[in-house]
Amino acid sequence: MPRKRGSKYAAFFLLPALIMLAVFVIYPVGRTAYISFFDENGTFVGLKNYSKVLTSREIIDLSGFSRGFPLGALVHNIIWIAIHLPLTIILGLSLAVLLKGVKGGSVIKSIVFLGMVMPMIVGGVMINFMFDRNLGIVNAFLGLFGFQAKSWTVYPDSALLSLIFGSVWLWTGFSVILYSAGLETIPKDYYEAAELDGAGPWKTFTKITIPLLKPITVVVATMTLLWELKIFDIVYVTTAGGPGGASNVMALQMYICAFRALDFNRAAVVAVILTLFTLLVSIPLVRSVRDDKR
Amino acid sequence: MKIRRVALNIFAWTIALIWIVPFVGVFMTTLRPLDELIHGWWNFDSFHPTLENFASAWNHPTAALKKGMVNSLIVAIPGTLIPLMIATMAGYGFSRYRFPLRKSFFILVVITLALPQQTIAIPIFQLMNSLNLIDSYLGLILLHSAWGLPWITFFMRNFFTTIPVAAEEAARIDGANDIVIFFKIILPVALPAIGSACALQFTWVWSDFFLALILIYSPNKLLITQRIPLMRGVYNVDWGLLSAAAIIVMIVPILIYLLLQRYYIKGMVGWSLK
Repeated sequence: MPRKRGSKYAAFFLLPALIMLAVFVIYPVGRTAYISFFDENGTFVGLKNYSKVLTSREIIDLSGFSRGFPLGALVHNIIWIAIHLPLTIILGLSLAVLLKGVKGGSVIKSIVFLGMVMPMIVGGVMINFMFDRNLGIVNAFLGLFGFQAKSWTVYPDSALLSLIFGSVWLWTGFSVILYSAGLETIPKDYYEAAELDGAGPWKTFTKITIPLLKPITVVVATMTLLWELKIFDIVYVTTAGGPGGASNVMALQMYICAFRALDFNRAAVVAVILTLFTLLVSIPLVRSVRDDKR
Repeated sequence: MKIRRVALNIFAWTIALIWIVPFVGVFMTTLRPLDELIHGWWNFDSFHPTLENFASAWNHPTAALKKGMVNSLIVAIPGTLIPLMIATMAGYGFSRYRFPLRKSFFILVVITLALPQQTIAIPIFQLMNSLNLIDSYLGLILLHSAWGLPWITFFMRNFFTTIPVAAEEAARIDGANDIVIFFKIILPVALPAIGSACALQFTWVWSDFFLALILIYSPNKLLITQRIPLMRGVYNVDWGLLSAAAIIVMIVPILIYLLLQRYYIKGMVGWSLK
């Protein structure tokens, strides 16, 4: 319980953090938003940068839908989410349930979690390795079914999808761990009562497990969405967004605009658009903090 | 029933196998000379393990990991301790005091959790440039410290709200002031939570790539993660070398995870579940 009103000690505890945040986080965010409305000479141009960026082929390239990749960085992020998010949730939940009743389940959990522990720059190397023509286990596996071996990450039509599926391998550990922690909180009597009532495993799963884990699902989905939107290292080290932009994503596009093309204003616009998405996604998180009575 | 149980176990361990095969793969690729890998690292017709690849990654002529490891430690240790101290205090402040805009400040902290690093990249680059902190570890350490504050504050505040205030009240009646109470009573109780935050923050600073990429340029100052892309040849990937480098870079966070697993998982769960 908060105990004192207007204590002078509150400043002692809070000011260092708030000052540091103000200088290195809040001010830069504001500054980025600010320069996104100006041109390189410092003239206010309103939303002109935004319309330029949003109509550029690097961000959204709808003609790619008939021609093939690239489809633009923003569309690639959305595809990433569309594939990665459902897989993360389904795999995480089913593995957590499965591993609960299996010998050595916690060892398996640790193995799956290893992907989460390594630096994502190494994660990218691992993905390249898996999809490599000669050494990749993916080709060895597909070869059993008569597929021609290739380095999946170097072709425009398969680069992005390889990275997405590779990133599932990296991130699933996160949802497994959270769902496992969530399963621990469900009282055993619920399952015993369901069994007495003659409910089968599927029915218990859909009527008890899934509804009671809904708060966990919200957290898993929020964190996973943030991760997918912020994807950078994996793409940078595997394909650098290529070939020909076929695996480019927003965070990388911002880096290219800012530190390769040295166009800070355009880069700021990309950053702001990306930030708006992350803020939208974090609404449930903010709402739960706002409603928290502590 | 028994058959089902056996089937489930086999299925689960098959999944574990799928997850661990890439690790076995890089390990085998590192240990074996190139000519043995042509038919796949899973082919064991001849097997002559060697540690040569580790040595060449460690002493690489342009991107030696030896130097990278030292550099990353120089950044990651203060980049863990500074925010841990400041954010633990802030988390305590948020959990124990009432003041105007308390909730708004806290929500602000939570919102910064969601920000991509790209959002601050340009102004940070300009700010560090004007402070003469480009290509300096001090700048990067400060930035990592600030960037780690929101989640540690959030995490510690959630931890402190679960601790009863009785002991603090008693100490206050005995005449101790709030700062003494914090250092003498609260910090010892909070050590497990601080341990969790420490493991995670260190791992994240160690693993960071983007912030280092925009601030550190000199070849001999590059952090360990920045050296990985340099190991990749231009035309041909030397997989033996790259695998060795990958293993060296990931071994530090993996060791932390294995040694502090309980704290690590608690941190991960507590950080996101509150």
